[in-house]
Amino acid sequence: MIPELARPPRSEPAFASPLAIEVSGLEKRFGGVVAVGGLDFAVPAGRTVALLGPNGAGKTTTIAMLLGLLEPDAGTIRLLGAEMPRARYAVLPRMNFSSPYLDLPLRLTVRQNLLVYADLYGLDDPRGRIAELAAMLDLRDLLDRPTGKLSAGQKTRVHLAKALINEPELLLLDEPTASLDPDSADRLRGHLERWQTARKATILLASHNMGEVERLADEVLLMKNGRLVDRGSPHELLARYGRRTLEEVFLDVARDRHGAR
Amino acid sequence: MSDLRALRLSLRRIRAVFRRHAYLLLASWPRLFELVYWPAVQMLLWGYLTLFLQEQSGLVARASGIFLSAVLLWDTLFRGQLGVAICFLEEMYARHLAHLFVSPLRPFELVIAVFGISFLRVAIGVGGAALLAVPIFGFVLPRALGWALLPYFAVLLMFGWAIGLVIVGLVLRLGLAAENLAWGAIFLVQPISGVYYPVATLPAFLQPIAWCLPSSAIFEGMRAVLVEGRFDTGLLAWALVTLTFWLAGGAVAFVALFRSARRLGLLLQVGE
Repeated sequence: MIPELARPPRSEPAFASPLAIEVSGLEKRFGGVVAVGGLDFAVPAGRTVALLGPNGAGKTTTIAMLLGLLEPDAGTIRLLGAEMPRARYAVLPRMNFSSPYLDLPLRLTVRQNLLVYADLYGLDDPRGRIAELAAMLDLRDLLDRPTGKLSAGQKTRVHLAKALINEPELLLLDEPTASLDPDSADRLRGHLERWQTARKATILLASHNMGEVERLADEVLLMKNGRLVDRGSPHELLARYGRRTLEEVFLDVARDRHGAR
Repeated sequence: MSDLRALRLSLRRIRAVFRRHAYLLLASWPRLFELVYWPAVQMLLWGYLTLFLQEQSGLVARASGIFLSAVLLWDTLFRGQLGVAICFLEEMYARHLAHLFVSPLRPFELVIAVFGISFLRVAIGVGGAALLAVPIFGFVLPRALGWALLPYFAVLLMFGWAIGLVIVGLVLRLGLAAENLAWGAIFLVQPISGVYYPVATLPAFLQPIAWCLPSSAIFEGMRAVLVEGRFDTGLLAWALVTLTFWLAGGAVAFVALFRSARRLGLLLQVGE
């Protein structure tokens, strides 16, 4: 049985939500190294869930397997009720992804990049959707500038626009505010919060930023060495570990300070 | 979803990738110039060599367009292969490939779009060089080869695509460290294909290998048209048979290498 996360979502009660993500017995090895070892979790629709863990914990590997970029050695994945990777082309139009480790073509303007993705997702009104996103993410003045000429903060907003272009029901974010200054990161989190509240979408984010996780996540999955070592809402984790911040909880987990629990 | 709507969405995804590369190509004068530059340089070299050899060689005197036709047809094969490989390399340089693979784009749609871009690049590059040959050497490629130009062009372009698919698969599997294959691998095909000389010139042990390449039959056919004034249907048929095997082999290799890259997690971390 797949354990569900304890805390109900902010917008809807848990019993009313179908599962957006169901992962069971997920495993991935690279040679003799276990990147993900027997991962089980489920995320009800409408929640924001964070994958938290030190480098090498298996967060990015897990996201890559959810996206179908990496083939698991064992286990099953169901996204939005459909089995992956068998139903990947039924599910991919309903989800999206953003990562600071991937780029959009830098020589294309922001508008050109968004038009390409509007076509990839088969939008009925690409120009209307781009105008909406430009208004929502403060991109209007940037639309006709080459993407490569933008600042890191501006580029991150463009990446988010690409990730939201198809109004995804499920959004996977890998370190969404990495390399952003605190002001830009705060604005981006605000955009994400408002969008999630309005859309009631499911977000799974991997992050090293504890403030971000505390602010955005309904639930936290703590990973280490490819396994889930704890889970709960930020409040539950703080209470369970007797700590004041998630950063302290993170350090307890990363350094095996079990005595702190 | 109805079949018609599915087809429409598929065509839009193909258009999206075509559009992405067309934006890049058409907005950059250096890229456009580079497309025409090398075919034009090759055409000039072989054109002037032809002028010289016309006074020395009976064969060249009888078929003055033999080298110019050969160089333009060879560039069709070379640029066709390069066009496929460059599209993928551009995505890898831009760290963009994984974004495409997590979109609803199917691999076969990506490949079709890349073939379209390859055709555009060949049309600009080889077409530009062929146009330049008219005022400089008074050489008109369609007049020299007649309607045979169409099947010859198509076979060589598709053979380039088949080789391009194998190279792209290897680059996906081995990373950008293998990118030199995109530039160099095709030149292994050139001496064996008898581009500028008959296959019979090759050592006996190489000749069976040469006949496994559709390009050998095409260049032999080209010489038959230019020197003997006849179109050899047998050679074209053989080119089509071998092309079928190469296209099937290229597709199988691409799919196998793509799956291997996915199994190993290389699609997310394409790079050196």
